Amino acid sequence: MSKPQVGFYWCAACGGCEEAVVDLNEDILKVVSAVDIVFWPVALDFKRSDVEAMADGQMAVCFINGAVRSSEQLEMAELLRRKAKTVIAFGSCSHMGGIPGLANLHGRQAMMDEAYRNVPSMAAGNTVYPQEKSDVPEGSLHLPTLWETVKTLDQVIDVDYYLPGCPPPVNLINDAVGAILSGQLPPKGTVLAPDISLCEECDRKDSKPVDLSLTEFKRPHLAESDPQKCLLAQGFLCLGAVTRKGCGSVCIKGNMPCTGCMGPTSHVVDFGAKALSAMASLAAAKEDQEIDAVMDKIVDPVGTFYRYSLPASLLHRRYQPLADGGKQS
Amino acid sequence: MSQRITIDPITRLEGHGKIDILLNDAGKVDHAYFQVPELRGFERFAQGRPAEDMPQITSRICGVCPTAHHMASTKALDSLYHIDPPVAAKKIRELLYNIFFVEDHALHFFFLGGPDFVVGPTAPKAERNILGVLGKVGAEVGLKVIGVRKRLRELMTLTMGKVIHPVFGLPGGISKPITKEEQQKFIATAAEAVEFGKFCLQIFDDIVLKNKQYVEYITSEAFTHRTYYMGMVDKNNKVNFYDGDLRVVAPDGKELTKFPGHKYLDHIVEHVEPWSFMKFCYLKEIGWKGFADGPESGIFAVAPLARLNASDGMATPVAQQAYERMYATLGKKPVHHTLATHWARLIELMYAAERMQELANDPEIINPKVRTIPTQTPDEGIGVVEAPRGTLIHHYQTDDRGVITQANLIVATQNNAARIALSVDKAAKSVIIDGKADDGILNLVEMAFRAYDPCNGCATHSLPGKMPLVVRVFDAERRLVQEIRRD
Repeated sequence: MSKPQVGFYWCAACGGCEEAVVDLNEDILKVVSAVDIVFWPVALDFKRSDVEAMADGQMAVCFINGAVRSSEQLEMAELLRRKAKTVIAFGSCSHMGGIPGLANLHGRQAMMDEAYRNVPSMAAGNTVYPQEKSDVPEGSLHLPTLWETVKTLDQVIDVDYYLPGCPPPVNLINDAVGAILSGQLPPKGTVLAPDISLCEECDRKDSKPVDLSLTEFKRPHLAESDPQKCLLAQGFLCLGAVTRKGCGSVCIKGNMPCTGCMGPTSHVVDFGAKALSAMASLAAAKEDQEIDAVMDKIVDPVGTFYRYSLPASLLHRRYQPLADGGKQS
Repeated sequence: MSQRITIDPITRLEGHGKIDILLNDAGKVDHAYFQVPELRGFERFAQGRPAEDMPQITSRICGVCPTAHHMASTKALDSLYHIDPPVAAKKIRELLYNIFFVEDHALHFFFLGGPDFVVGPTAPKAERNILGVLGKVGAEVGLKVIGVRKRLRELMTLTMGKVIHPVFGLPGGISKPITKEEQQKFIATAAEAVEFGKFCLQIFDDIVLKNKQYVEYITSEAFTHRTYYMGMVDKNNKVNFYDGDLRVVAPDGKELTKFPGHKYLDHIVEHVEPWSFMKFCYLKEIGWKGFADGPESGIFAVAPLARLNASDGMATPVAQQAYERMYATLGKKPVHHTLATHWARLIELMYAAERMQELANDPEIINPKVRTIPTQTPDEGIGVVEAPRGTLIHHYQTDDRGVITQANLIVATQNNAARIALSVDKAAKSVIIDGKADDGILNLVEMAFRAYDPCNGCATHSLPGKMPLVVRVFDAERRLVQEIRRD
């Protein structure tokens, strides 16, 4: 019997998800012996045309990382969806939009103005911006159109499973591959990680009080921390309590707070809203004004609570009047 | 009226790029344009974020070199808060940074650029990859490479929290010290890394330098440009990745300028072309004179070969020997042959391993004092490191709460962008004759950029994404006359 065929692809990503696959180390040799990798542009020279030539559903599974923000990425996502029986959204960007999703706080034009006009190293008086079509002496050249907003993979195609994390932890990747090979996959739509909060696997959980209340939030660079004690109990804004476990609490082992890249458990609709309400409920103060004073110490609520999930959230993007009737969104 | 060959996308690099080759009626290459088709806009959405989050946010520019962005950002925070970290913190940062260089340079050699040499530029394309490399050097060697990389990245995880997107950088130091027991692991793996560095140089000797055809490629005019070179140097003008001044040498090898990183705006300017999202850096002293090389043009190079050209040598013994051997073999300094960058990269890998060993054995690295808490009001900070792919600059301005009001990021591949554009154009003009291009020829064009190990994701803080290689040749009426798919 021929081996199951597997594909990897990246849309709007940083390449960290590819490195995470390389971090399977010698286990990748086991994967290579159990499956045929038929598409993995970072490492192998299989091409789009190879994918186009496949029968629909020919790949057993395709792992797609990165968010989607251009028509080119949409085309690839749609193509891979047709060719793969199972599509797994791989990593925070694909799952929830990721850090590049913070661009949804601004429009495309604001990004362009900053990069090509405002930065201090720009040539004085520059008025040139990249153009979709530009004429050069020898002919004309073209660039793609970027979308106004960043989207998650499941906002553009049907997704079967999610591997969370920025990047997904190696053990979860291994477990997912094992589940696929043994045909023991959970119901469609499942996030392939334990459905319980990170605090459960944290080395410091015993020092987390049952009734935690805080008089202030501390910024991690402005105060020493006790490396044994629950960071939240010390007043550092650690999002472990509202974040799904499975990463091995590596950031906390590095003595820094969890920032929520694994996303929420299945009971939560909007990660940022949940995180915000969880943190606000810890304020020891009882009066609104006093609670505000505590919360005001969080200088960037949207970047803190929606760091990886703005495109997936109920907010999706910053409010702006739809002068174009919403065509670009 | 022109014909056109489009290579979209180019492959085996980090990030997305395409090459549009415009031909004249005689089938000769008029011009080959190296284009980067995306922009992610980190400068804009950095605004409003707390400065202390920048080392973790900007690492997401690139998951292949997150440690470089994390480190440049952390150094920018030191500068922003006007704080000098404890000696142990600086040594641990440099230790981890050199470990990162060993594994990252190895990744390029075995995964990205190396296949062109180890397997061969005209080898069947299905073999021109890491699996082909393993087939050529043997499974035992493959396991050795995997094993060394694994242990290096375990050490990075131990101290930096995560290896892909580290968390340990703070203004004034790092989040966690190294214990005495952990130091023993660093010492043991450092010894292994030094042997690995020698092993990689030996592979390059055996497979590349002993192959006459490869040496001819390296020294051929098609892959040669006489430009300025920039790299970070220590007090003795030796290569340093973590800290030092930036030194620029002219095409004749003479020093043009040497300056501390925070003066970058006096020396580096960005130029925009309408046909690429990537910005092109040039030297302010010389000015933008279009896409031309030579002493009159402000175009410069960064990354391994440029760093070696801009320095007086390597600060560790085995790397210094290798450095001397490269210049003795390829002629006088500076070496202008782009493909020699592969050799320079392995010499740097050797240095990084030796520097790792020095620092791993330094008793200071287990000093528990690794942080100084900032007390001054933040305003403006600039942090510069050498990323594996060249000089990397992070520059932040904040309000007095330390919230970013402006961020400027000049990354390695932007510094190299103009020279890469020159290299691709020249290679295309040299190898495409009578409008004919097959897979092997196009791979030679791609080798012109691959030597730089460009990261187009970094360069535009953009959205990497690779597509298959499709070449379409159009006639003067834009009718498709030939389509080549590399499959």
